[in-house]
Amino acid sequence: MDRRTAISRVAMILGSTIIGADLFISGCTNEHPAQVQALLTDAQVSYLNEVGETILPKTAASDGAKAANVGAFMKIMVRDCYSPEDRQIFFDGLDALEQRCKKTLGKGFLSSSLEERQKLLITLDAEVKDGKKRNDLLQQKEAERQKSSQAGGKPNYLKKTPPTPYFAMIKQLTLLGYFTSEIGYKSIGYVSVPGRYDGNVTKS
Amino acid sequence: MVENTYDAIVIGSGISGGWAAKELTGKGLKTLMLERGRNYEHIKDYKYGTKQPWEAEHRGSTTKEQQVKYPVIHRGWAANEAVMECWVNEQDSPYTEIKPFTWWRSYQLGGRSTLWGRQSYRWSDFDFEANAKEGWAIDWPIRYKDISPWYDYVEKFAGISGAMDDLAHLPDGHFLPPVSMNIVEKDVASRLKKYYKDQRHLINGRVANLTAAIPGRTRCQFRDRCWEGCPFGGYFSTQSSTLPAAMDTGNLTVRPWSIVTRIIYDKDKKKATGVEILDAQTNQTYRYHAKIIFLNASSLNSAWVLMNSATDVWEGGLGSSSGELGHNIMDHHYNLGASGTIEGFEDHYIYGRRPTGFYIPRFTNLYGDKRDFSRGFGYQGSASRDSWSREIAELNIGGEFKDTLSKPGNWNIGMTGFGEILPYHENKITLDANRKDKWGLPVLSMDAELKDNEKKMRSAITMEAANMLDVAGVKNIRTWDSGHAMGHGIHEMGSARMGLDPKTSVLNKHNQVWDALTFL
Repeated sequence: MDRRTAISRVAMILGSTIIGADLFISGCTNEHPAQVQALLTDAQVSYLNEVGETILPKTAASDGAKAANVGAFMKIMVRDCYSPEDRQIFFDGLDALEQRCKKTLGKGFLSSSLEERQKLLITLDAEVKDGKKRNDLLQQKEAERQKSSQAGGKPNYLKKTPPTPYFAMIKQLTLLGYFTSEIGYKSIGYVSVPGRYDGNVTKS
Repeated sequence: MVENTYDAIVIGSGISGGWAAKELTGKGLKTLMLERGRNYEHIKDYKYGTKQPWEAEHRGSTTKEQQVKYPVIHRGWAANEAVMECWVNEQDSPYTEIKPFTWWRSYQLGGRSTLWGRQSYRWSDFDFEANAKEGWAIDWPIRYKDISPWYDYVEKFAGISGAMDDLAHLPDGHFLPPVSMNIVEKDVASRLKKYYKDQRHLINGRVANLTAAIPGRTRCQFRDRCWEGCPFGGYFSTQSSTLPAAMDTGNLTVRPWSIVTRIIYDKDKKKATGVEILDAQTNQTYRYHAKIIFLNASSLNSAWVLMNSATDVWEGGLGSSSGELGHNIMDHHYNLGASGTIEGFEDHYIYGRRPTGFYIPRFTNLYGDKRDFSRGFGYQGSASRDSWSREIAELNIGGEFKDTLSKPGNWNIGMTGFGEILPYHENKITLDANRKDKWGLPVLSMDAELKDNEKKMRSAITMEAANMLDVAGVKNIRTWDSGHAMGHGIHEMGSARMGLDPKTSVLNKHNQVWDALTFL
């Protein structure tokens, strides 16, 4: 599977579009607030590295998301590949995550223990998966609409997608950022120049 | 004007332009190759192909800005960070879609030869004779015996890997060893062979990647990053193959940024005597003359050049006297197929990344098979194990989640159909007099679509794909058909058909323009 297919599949699984594919819907409206924060601060990058590390932690087998600096990757992707709307969801989500943490645990994410962090993110993940079922139906309808638009002479029609929940964005960017980093590539046993192909390798 | 005269001129530097330049310079002709876009130098300009994949800033994704600038490229899978600079600037070079038409253009040295899918198959007389037997359009002026030695010649130089499969409808060639199938594909192949009693075949993809070194080129390293540019020259492109050969003769001059605006036609001698170009950077006009001119600007842009040439003699341009110039536009229709999951083989893995998968050649309307449509289709596909992007039902986050994703998942298999499109006179391209590109030149207008035969074929493509996966024991089979706009197959053809009669064709059997025989 090539990288592009992999990216699309992460998006599918997490119930969101491949972030950035919705420009003709969002890119053509100018009704969003004039001042949308564009850049993650260094503190937010560190924060996201901690969130990422909870999703994909260091194990005996390989380093985790923090070592892969997924926070810095998110900074680039949110800046360059997100629509203003998605960016807004992402930045609002950082606040929402912290508020949620304080409400449930009585303290911020960075002050919480590993177990507490895990518990919170498992809850958020479950909520995303619940929402995904509803969104799947909407997306299916939209795919049909795209097909009929293209057949009807509008080849550039791009699918509208329901807003992506912020935690789906964070998890998507964590997975993508980690597994496409040098650490991530090495964790899957990537060989840069294989030199040959063997279609049947059996390991002991 | 001595400095502006050559023995030969080649317009375009893609696969066919590269070949023309190699052959002409090899015969001792001082040759000028004109490329409308930038220079794109082998290895040096492969910005991503020589880096590690994690060094790409967006890890393959395109930016919002690129999505706005490249709407056509974003209709399909071709939008990828690593190759965005290789695609045409869509704002500078627009085109008109009377009917949806997806035109993937690469205006740079080598054209699409660095970006192509590299699948390389021979035609047989089933193809060459089809029009004549069905009374459709006009007969091909050539047969397999005419072209077969040329296939040999090209395959030997380009380096095509494949197996000898002994199929009359997909002739064997001069092949390097095949890129092997994996264990799951071999299993599926043997099940299909048995079930269909040797009437259907799942074979190794035949691909222009070197499985053995040939002079001046290193063999494929199985990185599967071909289109980013191969620093090993492991696959056939103008840059890796024909251009170095042409350069070695000392007879080639390459001129990038040269938009050919028309062919200079001498109506008294009935000969093309040169070309007029616009320098894409300076907007200066230049003229070059030659005894022989090859037009290799791809099917559609070659027609554009012809339509803009000798309009004082023929209103529709050079080669338009038959009324067929710009007509009979074809492609291969795809964006459909089937996939499913494979049970078992959990202890079997692969090493390396192949530049191809398997191929299932045409089986419809052959050897007694009869359908409600004419012609046929083939499939390209592969079996592979799920990657880190799969869903794991019982795991959400954490160390076990990560370590599980780091290992290959279940096996699955998928195949995509590629269907033949019949030549229809009414599927055409014309000049749009009301719309100009950045250089003030008229743009092409596309008016072509799939018709009844192709639509019927599409139903069969998904149905037969699902059937074959089913008999091979594949589970959870699903089919897909996301529709096909003309051009999306990147196999645009037609526009200047060959024939035996100048009244019904643009070119003769040697690809010479009937109205200007030194012009090919």
